[in-house]
Amino acid sequence: MYKIVTKRQLVPHINLFEFSAKEIAAKTKPGQFVILRVDERGERIPLTVADADVEKGTITVVCHEVGKTTKKLGKLEGGDYILDLLGPLGKPAEIEKFGTVICVGGGVMVAPLHFQAKAFREAGNKVIGVIGARTENQLIFENEMREVCDEFYVATDDGTKGHKGLDFLKELLKEKKIDRVIAMGPIVTLKSVSELTRLNGIPTIVTLIPIMVDAMGMCGACRVTVGGKTMFACVDGPDFDGHQVDFEELMARLKMFTPQEKLAFVFHEEE
Amino acid sequence: MSKPKPKIKKEVVPMRKQDPKERSHNFNEVAQGYTEEQAMAEAERCLQCVKAPCIQGCPVEVDISTFINLIRERKFDEAISKIKEKNSLPAICGRVCPQEEQCQANCTMGKVGDPVSVGRLERFLADWERERGYENPQKTASTGRRVAIVGAGPAGLTAAADLAKLGHEAVIFEALHKPGGVLIYGIPEFRLPKDIVEAEAEYVEKLGVTIKMNAMIGKLYTIKELLGQFDAVFIGTGAGLPRFMRIPGENLCGIYSANEFLIRVNLMKAYAFPRSDTPIYVGEKVAVIGGGNVAMDSARSALRLGAKEVKIVYRRSRKEMPARAEEIENAEEEGIVFDFLTNPRRFIGNERGWVKAMECIRMRLGEPDVSGRRRPIPIEGSEFIMDVDTVIIAIGRTPNPIIQRTTEGLEVTKWGTIVTDENGKTSIDGVYAGGDIVTGEATVISAMGAGKKAAKAIHEHLMKKVKAKKAT
Repeated sequence: MYKIVTKRQLVPHINLFEFSAKEIAAKTKPGQFVILRVDERGERIPLTVADADVEKGTITVVCHEVGKTTKKLGKLEGGDYILDLLGPLGKPAEIEKFGTVICVGGGVMVAPLHFQAKAFREAGNKVIGVIGARTENQLIFENEMREVCDEFYVATDDGTKGHKGLDFLKELLKEKKIDRVIAMGPIVTLKSVSELTRLNGIPTIVTLIPIMVDAMGMCGACRVTVGGKTMFACVDGPDFDGHQVDFEELMARLKMFTPQEKLAFVFHEEE
Repeated sequence: MSKPKPKIKKEVVPMRKQDPKERSHNFNEVAQGYTEEQAMAEAERCLQCVKAPCIQGCPVEVDISTFINLIRERKFDEAISKIKEKNSLPAICGRVCPQEEQCQANCTMGKVGDPVSVGRLERFLADWERERGYENPQKTASTGRRVAIVGAGPAGLTAAADLAKLGHEAVIFEALHKPGGVLIYGIPEFRLPKDIVEAEAEYVEKLGVTIKMNAMIGKLYTIKELLGQFDAVFIGTGAGLPRFMRIPGENLCGIYSANEFLIRVNLMKAYAFPRSDTPIYVGEKVAVIGGGNVAMDSARSALRLGAKEVKIVYRRSRKEMPARAEEIENAEEEGIVFDFLTNPRRFIGNERGWVKAMECIRMRLGEPDVSGRRRPIPIEGSEFIMDVDTVIIAIGRTPNPIIQRTTEGLEVTKWGTIVTDENGKTSIDGVYAGGDIVTGEATVISAMGAGKKAAKAIHEHLMKKVKAKKAT
């Protein structure tokens, strides 16, 4: 059993959880993820770590209520327990001094992006942060991200705050010498960012979280095609070269259980 | 004067099974086990050979002739204790050991009729004991030595149990959320009920073993870090990585590795979806690629999940199939179709990225290869299209690589298995390994045999250290 030390609703349907997990906290590096299971009937879901506090012995994740499991998790409060927490999993992000690094992220993945942005800055990079959401009141981790970036931009799909969409990135990439781009968020965002940076030949790392079951290399549910080769996101990733990823295949695979997920959700609501 | 002995029956006492029509729709155990009377009747068939060739066929050297004789005397409690001297997981072994290749292959009765069903008798005793509730085993006085065991599969559980019986503190680190390894994630409920695996793992805990879940060694701690906290380490991480065909279209939706399919069904209980949260999708036409026990398990699970037609597609012929004869028979009875001498070449998808067919090619058999089985050779021009909406790839598993990648100085073969001597000693002092991580994919009982040998070697290593310490 793992205790929820803090639970905070950031915006409607997006919650932050801080779990007591001393051993995991001591080993977690930016870019890694955990698997959790809420209860005995629960499925295993991967969540990218948004922070690790070695002294307090906690790790933080941010999660969007999109299905049965995340909804169940959302009902828990500080002081409650979840059944299983496994980690750290996946390879840590490659944090080095590259020069100027753009960290661009959308949705809940802005939270783990801030963990990486912080590390890039500590490694001596100039960090340009770009965060986005569908609309203004869905933006999360704005202050946390601003704090760890040298330059900072906000974008929303509907233009209610900051730039409308990510088109402004094109100018940014033209104006400045960018050495590396880190993209975390919905697949469509990862794909469009990768397409933009491909034109300028800027190395672009995307974080992929496909469907996973064991998340330790055993099942292959998370297989993705990168540069024509099949990779397992759980052990070979989750970070990959955005210019090499087959995003179409990944999008189709993410929908593999959509009818079942809907059924589970309805079943959960009726219970 | 003793009364004349009745003539020994040549035929094995049959075991009750669920009717194929019924069982192909449920996940309850297929084989129902012997009654006391049936067990005693089967035990009567044992010739009590002086040399007991059966024991030589057992990787953990269970005293088979003695426990069978105790059944004849209706001393079931003594009989199960006899087994447990050597084997801490009898309910599991009685069900999934390939006895026909081991103890029963050597049985003298086998020369004149059916060999004595050692497996069914072992299962009978284990179930008899479990139904009555285990007696708490006596704990051995502590030696003060601590051993870390990596992986709670058959090798790890056996090594830990044996070390605990010798008075060492054994702590198992298991990466999944339940103990059992392949017994819990791989073998289906209808062949090995999961409450039995849980009960046998609990028995191991009662011996004094601690099992720590959600602890992935190589990530949470390295082997080197474990050596700082423990006097020795045993690695039993198994062969859990799926092998894929590496042919076009393999990442289409609807194509699973057997591991993914079985982990969803067994560990995550997706057959109870939506009462359990993990989903599974099974279409109408399922093809399972492969001819081993895992292929049979996958095919029979798919059938139980509602598939209309399930085909085993195997590149060799029936004779070369590695699956147990009993399991092939069970699959056939349930209506699984076998497509021999056939191999897929590519998978064909629809506009939504789902598999809708596979292009196959017919094969013929050539000369025997290194495995001793005749090599399958494609017959060019024999390509044809098979309509499928679900594919399960069950062509083998490879060693889990995480420890090898994170442990400097650990000698590994080019296949990724860990190099050990015959007692499980690796290239690092104090580090031992056994089971599939050393041999590549094999059987539950051979992994248990390796766990046993390593436990003995670890014990000797630890006691040497104790003596050395005392001398200084």
